[in-house]
Amino acid sequence: MNELLAWIRAHPGLLERTASEHLTLAGTALAADIAIGLALGIAVAGRPRAAGPVVGIVNALRTVPSIALLVLMLPVLGTGFAPSVVALALYGLPAILVNTTVGLEGVDPEIVEAARGQGLAERQVLWLVVLPLALPLILAGIRTSAVQIVSAATLAVFIGGGGLGELISAGLGLLDFPQLLIGAIAVALLALVTELAFALLQRLATGGKAAAA
Amino acid sequence: MIRLDAVSKLFPGASRPAVDAIDLEVPAGETCALIGPSGCGKTTTLRMINRLIEPSSGRVFVGGEDVTGADPVRLRRGIGYVIQGVGLFPHRSVADNVATVPRLLGWTRDRIRARVDEMLALVGLDPAEFGPRRPASLSGGQRQRVGVARALAADPPVLLMDEPFGAVDPVVRDRLQREVAAILRRLGKTVVIVTHDINEAIRMGDRIAIMRDGHVVQHDTPERLLLAPRDALVTEFVGPDRALKRLSLVSLGALATTAQAPPDAPELPADANLQTALSVMLAAGAGAVAVLDEAGGRRGSVSLGAIRDLAANAQPIERSAS
Repeated sequence: MNELLAWIRAHPGLLERTASEHLTLAGTALAADIAIGLALGIAVAGRPRAAGPVVGIVNALRTVPSIALLVLMLPVLGTGFAPSVVALALYGLPAILVNTTVGLEGVDPEIVEAARGQGLAERQVLWLVVLPLALPLILAGIRTSAVQIVSAATLAVFIGGGGLGELISAGLGLLDFPQLLIGAIAVALLALVTELAFALLQRLATGGKAAAA
Repeated sequence: MIRLDAVSKLFPGASRPAVDAIDLEVPAGETCALIGPSGCGKTTTLRMINRLIEPSSGRVFVGGEDVTGADPVRLRRGIGYVIQGVGLFPHRSVADNVATVPRLLGWTRDRIRARVDEMLALVGLDPAEFGPRRPASLSGGQRQRVGVARALAADPPVLLMDEPFGAVDPVVRDRLQREVAAILRRLGKTVVIVTHDINEAIRMGDRIAIMRDGHVVQHDTPERLLLAPRDALVTEFVGPDRALKRLSLVSLGALATTAQAPPDAPELPADANLQTALSVMLAAGAGAVAVLDEAGGRRGSVSLGAIRDLAANAQPIERSAS
């Protein structure tokens, strides 16, 4: 323990910098996924002919390991922040898209019909009825995706994206165990805090009736 | 109030139209029951009135206005709509559900609150108790009541109901039918109700339109329909007990004579119907029932023979019981 604290004192600002890079990477990728996942999900929901291929392709992403996704970005986008965000976003997208699609399609068609019959415009049906009813599942998807992205962002270091992975990678390379441990503990804590924060958000938004992912 | 003028609907890929050049008129304040076997086009017809389904051809008039080209969203806000499963919004309170259309119309908060309380009371639900509750905590019958309250909230002159009591058990359904029919008559609403239950059609409808294969086979008062079914389908639909059903349309008071019934004859109030009277007589082995006035005294009688003559008589009888 003392060794770890000594290491942090000896490298002022390093933990803060890598942690902040890590959060920026993960946050940007997650924000992009929420926007893309919701938009795609809304666009294909209720259109089986479009939903099939889109969800199928995005779901296939699930099978690609995160490290492979990151390395595959190299020839296309090179190294640094942007390719890391793109790879992480691709990695986190399936959970949000699939849950959004399932959530939207799970809304009772009778409720939608009643809403239309009362004189809600299509946009109002979506925002006032369908999205609120699908919200528990959508939030569950976002929670899964957030944790996946925060964990996978550790690997961004391999294509120069920075983040807490730097500590782990450097610690391994230099056999600097305090550095390695600090990196690992920080990543684990971050993933845990992310999970708890989104679980809380989910509970607040759905009045305690959180749906399982 | 509602007029369909040669309205047809041909769904893409269907070999024949679901609704085939229908003409139908529902005068203001009347209830028209659309009835027929499944697939006859009754629900499609209903949904073309508020344009949840667009007619392929023909015109639909609501309140004298041709709504075929109107903005469907605006049109629907002026037409109450109740469906079988009610379709209450599960994420909103009962009060919020009832407030749906007034909110869309931009009413003030105070006016909406007052209106919601008024509507819940109208359908027999205590606003203080039920207003804040979620639909999931209500019984099937209570949900139907909320559905009716929601449909009436913005005081639309026209109400469309699609099997509104299909999802509740028979005892509750019976009471709901009577209560809702009374409310709609009192408010003078023009109503189109889709049902597959001939008893519901007789109970709720001022007129009944029997449909088959996208056509209206017979459009008549319940009395005429039971007395003179036009063809085999209508006869089958109204059932072999149509003479009995017809008796249920007439009150005892309408047929009573001043002749006194024997002292041991069964007694019934004047607003009981003839079907009930017949059943009571058969059960008691009596030849007549004594008809009571409001004070409970005997005011006259109806004999078994009089009922038999009336049932065999092909003349329409005045509808005086519900």
